[in-house]
Amino acid sequence: MKQQEEIFEYLQKEFGEETVEFYKGDVGQPWLKLPAEYLKKMANFLRDNAELRFNTLMCLSGTHYPDKSELGVTYHLHSTLHGHTVAFKVATPADQPEIPSVESIWKTANWHEREAMDMFGILFKDHPNMKRILCPDDWQGYPLRKDYKPQEYYQSMPTGT
Amino acid sequence: MGILDKKYHDSTIIIVNLQSALNWARKNSLWYEQFGLACCAIEMMATAASKYDFDRFGIIPRSSPRQSDVMIVAGTVTMKMASRIKRLYEQMSEPRYVISMGSCSNCGGPYWEHGYHVLKGVDKVIPVDVYVPGCPPRPEALLEGFIKLQEKISGETIIKEKNPELKAEKV
Repeated sequence: MKQQEEIFEYLQKEFGEETVEFYKGDVGQPWLKLPAEYLKKMANFLRDNAELRFNTLMCLSGTHYPDKSELGVTYHLHSTLHGHTVAFKVATPADQPEIPSVESIWKTANWHEREAMDMFGILFKDHPNMKRILCPDDWQGYPLRKDYKPQEYYQSMPTGT
Repeated sequence: MGILDKKYHDSTIIIVNLQSALNWARKNSLWYEQFGLACCAIEMMATAASKYDFDRFGIIPRSSPRQSDVMIVAGTVTMKMASRIKRLYEQMSEPRYVISMGSCSNCGGPYWEHGYHVLKGVDKVIPVDVYVPGCPPRPEALLEGFIKLQEKISGETIIKEKNPELKAEKV
């Protein structure tokens, strides 16, 4: 079982010191920040390294940071073999949000990424079925973005009171 | 011997006008569409189960809209579901009735302001006969709603059209 600092050092040793950042807030779990272009390599490393073995993606969720005009994705991993947990974040510009899909690494990501796409409009590259999961296919906009304004009518039904 | 003479002698014959016979038959065999949308459906199921026993009013579930007389909209009507509900309503044969059960289908309920995905009242899509308030309503409330609907049915006439046709509006 490893602490997040140790996992951070593993990633630094493998990919170089500049690539990963370590954050710790006043409350809650510390997290790592990964660059989007390294995401798939690092995810593969986290899953396959004999001492890490993160075989479960517990959660994948989208976030909108309007002050930075960025969209982000937070990943929570768990290793059922070693019992340790890690959280990491990836950010992408809000006007062209694209992040590589980790569906080929953890199958759990399939629906989670579709949800993040549905709610935040983050496009996951190489996802096998990148379409909305909760809202109807012809829905306009991304409901969980901070600047979201609902459409007034959906199929000529009013959305307001 | 006319039929009127038998009125007081033959106990198997009752003389009544056609309108009240029809209304009597309709109000005592309200078959509802067996589907639920959210937590109200749990209360609806409880009402149908042995403790509250819908069946004593002749109310039984049907699995096909074509065979049912009343639709209980039990739960949150999402935008995605609203068009399906409208289609189910259109598939029902007349006379057809709608009971809107719970705050969500009455007016949007807790989703009235920020629920972008919820239709603010099922009456924006289909005509409603009885609104049952509550979140969710207790089985007694739903039964009360059915009794109200029965009252409404007993006052119907066979001459006047019940529901004006729904019109599509271009927006």
